[in-house]
Amino acid sequence: MPDQLLFAMEVFLNGLMAGVLYALVALGFVLIFKASGIFNYAQGVMALFAALTLVGIMEGQVPFSHLINAVFGTEIHHFGWHLPAVAAILLTGVVMVALAWAVNKLIFRHLVGQEPIILFMATIGLAYFMEGLGDIMWGADIKKLDVGLPQGINAWIDETTFNAFGYGFFIDNLDIWATVIAAVLVIALTIFSQYSKQGRALRAVADDHQAALSVGISLNFIWVLVWSIAGFVALVAGIMWGTKSGVQFSLSLIALKALPVLMLGGFTSIPGAIVGGLIIGVGEKLFEFLVGPLVGGATENWFAYVLALLFLVFRPQGLFGERIIERV
Amino acid sequence: MSLAEQIVTDQPAEGWVTADGRQIGPVMMEMRNITLRFGGVEAIKDISFDIRQGEIRAIIGPNGAGKSSMLNVISGFYNPQEGEVWFHGQRRPRMRPYEVARQGVARTFQNIALFEGMTVLDNVMTGRLNHMKAGVFRQALWFGRAEREEIENREKVERIIDFLEIQSIRKTPVARLPYGLKKRVELARALAAEPKLLLLDEPMAGMNVEEKEDMSRFILDVNDEFGTTIALIEHDMGVVMDLSDRVVVMDYGRKIGDGTPDEVRSNQDVIDAYLGVAHD
Repeated sequence: MPDQLLFAMEVFLNGLMAGVLYALVALGFVLIFKASGIFNYAQGVMALFAALTLVGIMEGQVPFSHLINAVFGTEIHHFGWHLPAVAAILLTGVVMVALAWAVNKLIFRHLVGQEPIILFMATIGLAYFMEGLGDIMWGADIKKLDVGLPQGINAWIDETTFNAFGYGFFIDNLDIWATVIAAVLVIALTIFSQYSKQGRALRAVADDHQAALSVGISLNFIWVLVWSIAGFVALVAGIMWGTKSGVQFSLSLIALKALPVLMLGGFTSIPGAIVGGLIIGVGEKLFEFLVGPLVGGATENWFAYVLALLFLVFRPQGLFGERIIERV
Repeated sequence: MSLAEQIVTDQPAEGWVTADGRQIGPVMMEMRNITLRFGGVEAIKDISFDIRQGEIRAIIGPNGAGKSSMLNVISGFYNPQEGEVWFHGQRRPRMRPYEVARQGVARTFQNIALFEGMTVLDNVMTGRLNHMKAGVFRQALWFGRAEREEIENREKVERIIDFLEIQSIRKTPVARLPYGLKKRVELARALAAEPKLLLLDEPMAGMNVEEKEDMSRFILDVNDEFGTTIALIEHDMGVVMDLSDRVVVMDYGRKIGDGTPDEVRSNQDVIDAYLGVAHD
């Protein structure tokens, strides 16, 4: 096989892996949008916040330490412990559930029945609030996150492909793990939503609020549940992105990459979020590889958005979204 | 003496047997001096009546009489400004609709509220939600108990589906069904909750004669076979008079009649309301 083709294949595979991470963020959007009709602009910041909290808890960082030190003139920064990753992840999960509860109690309970644009604006506010909160709580410096996921080139793939084609594929172990974890997450979510009591209640709420109330479903409980699940998905996404490129505030910008993913996949489809993420991931890598050199590179910055724009023009409901038919 | 007291004293507390052999039990739900306002409009004005165990109780009245509002008060979708709701001999505190549903009050809606994206089976299964105990985590991890529960509840649901003769559309997404069948699926979902009190908001609205006959038969069968107490709103006078044991008549938010179909039929106020005598 010619080298160019092999290299393209490698790019393709790497694109798939990157797409998994986009899909993870998009998944959080879809979950909340389906159940409550809220487009949660804060989903990316939730991932950042989850990652910050995870690092903070693992490293035994004192939350709000800068604030405390500034007010009381103390010099505390660390509790002086290191928690194992599993314990820290569980604790962060608890924090995300508490956050879901607080968000519903303080914001969305009071906005029931409001226009979608108002709910959307509320989530923008929430995004900036959480970004600030994360900053005050844990500090703005770039943090290293290592929960023990293997990183670096996968030697087995490298060797096997080298022996087969005379060209070793560079596939990062972390990307493989991210793919496996994302797959498990999606399967678990699907089983949960299709076959469990709460999953059925969740779909019911997504479908019709009145009918859901009439069969005894508490909307508030379901919304807290959905935001908790979205928080959990954000945590997983935060771990992956944080491990890959460090926990930094630009992480919240990956939320913007999830937007084109949603345009492609449709706002209401879980499989759509996955496929959309993969298409964007592969698309932008291949485009950069094939067309990039002709136009001076850096196409990854805009490719996803142009693709989304094309979708908006020709298939606004996305690949899998529900088609909106206006009856006259 | 208020109207509510009058009803209680006029009729034997433990119930009675009707002429055609139907067993009417003690009072299950009682509305006492209910007043409901929307801004300055009084949708319900100081209405009292009761619903007895095992009976089919109809609420009738011309358009805009406040019938649906009354049903919404019973099911907790509206909270009245004045008055009390008593259920099983206890005063019901202000409740949200889902809490009322959990007490065993199921309902259908005038403009069908089904989960359009789900299949018939899934829709009916949602009616069982309150009979399933396994918590979030157990569900998430699919432990034995959750699975056993799912199977048990599934059996109950299948029985109801058989009962209402909708086996052939079990796996059909509700959105694809014709109107009459949707009404039946909604009834199935309400029945799946094994309610103590079943509220039907115009179960036969928009149906043709044949569908109406079917629905009447199902309502009677449900009452007969499961002993479910039923309160229903209906426009079709013929249907109401055939089905119900007792009838409440409303007009302009007030109660103008209450009694057996025969009593109500001969009530001058009711005749006036339906024939359109001028209000002053």
